[in-house]
Amino acid sequence: MDQFNAAGIRPVAISVDPPEASRNLAQNEGYSLTFLSDSNIEVIRRYDLVHAGAGENGNDIARPAEFLVDRSGTVRWVNLTESYFDRARPEEVLEAAKSLK
Amino acid sequence: MNARRLNWPLWVGFLLTFASFLSYFFIFVWFPVTRDFPWANLLLFLIAAVLLFAGIRRGFAADRPHPTRSRIVSSIVGLLGLAVIGLSLFSLFVVARWLPPSTGAPQVGQRAPDFTLPDATGRSVSLSELLSQPVNGNPAKGVLLIFYRGHW
Repeated sequence: MDQFNAAGIRPVAISVDPPEASRNLAQNEGYSLTFLSDSNIEVIRRYDLVHAGAGENGNDIARPAEFLVDRSGTVRWVNLTESYFDRARPEEVLEAAKSLK
Repeated sequence: MNARRLNWPLWVGFLLTFASFLSYFFIFVWFPVTRDFPWANLLLFLIAAVLLFAGIRRGFAADRPHPTRSRIVSSIVGLLGLAVIGLSLFSLFVVARWLPPSTGAPQVGQRAPDFTLPDATGRSVSLSELLSQPVNGNPAKGVLLIFYRGHW
């Protein structure tokens, strides 16, 4: 987290979880990043990240994905993992962040 | 307890199958080296499988005090353990890769579609807002959007 702060990058976590669930998660785990709640799965759909029926009770949820967006709103780095377990590492993101102005 | 009576490889192997599956989620997932490729779990599964095979063999040995019971128990526990290993490997390597292709996702060089969503306190926040707010007292260089599965 501090590394991201120092690099001028704001991490934002997005899921279908309602705000209350994110609030609990942030409190229990001590996360200080911004959590956004896409309960209607609109943004996840716009980003083509819907994993249909993968949630509890067959709900649609987001597949894991990370995007680094620069100040102009342009995507500068993308990670679309091939496996749930294989996630982007902070070092990769920080490396990509170096090229941002 | 008479060492000959207790079929320890069978039971240790059986417990180890569960331990190796659960350890991934509780221990190894926190370290990138063991998370991206679960080699530590594969090793544990291998040891568990060897113990289960040894346990089944032992269960079928001629010197068991209760031959019939021993055969039935070792077959059931042994096969159950092997089934758990099979299912674990299936979920780690096959199910985890059942992800949508997301060919329409924004690519490098494209504009990230703007959006407005409620944050954890219920306040509406837009992407453009996030990009214009300072980070650490300096103008933000960028925003890292992390889409995750959530706890649903």
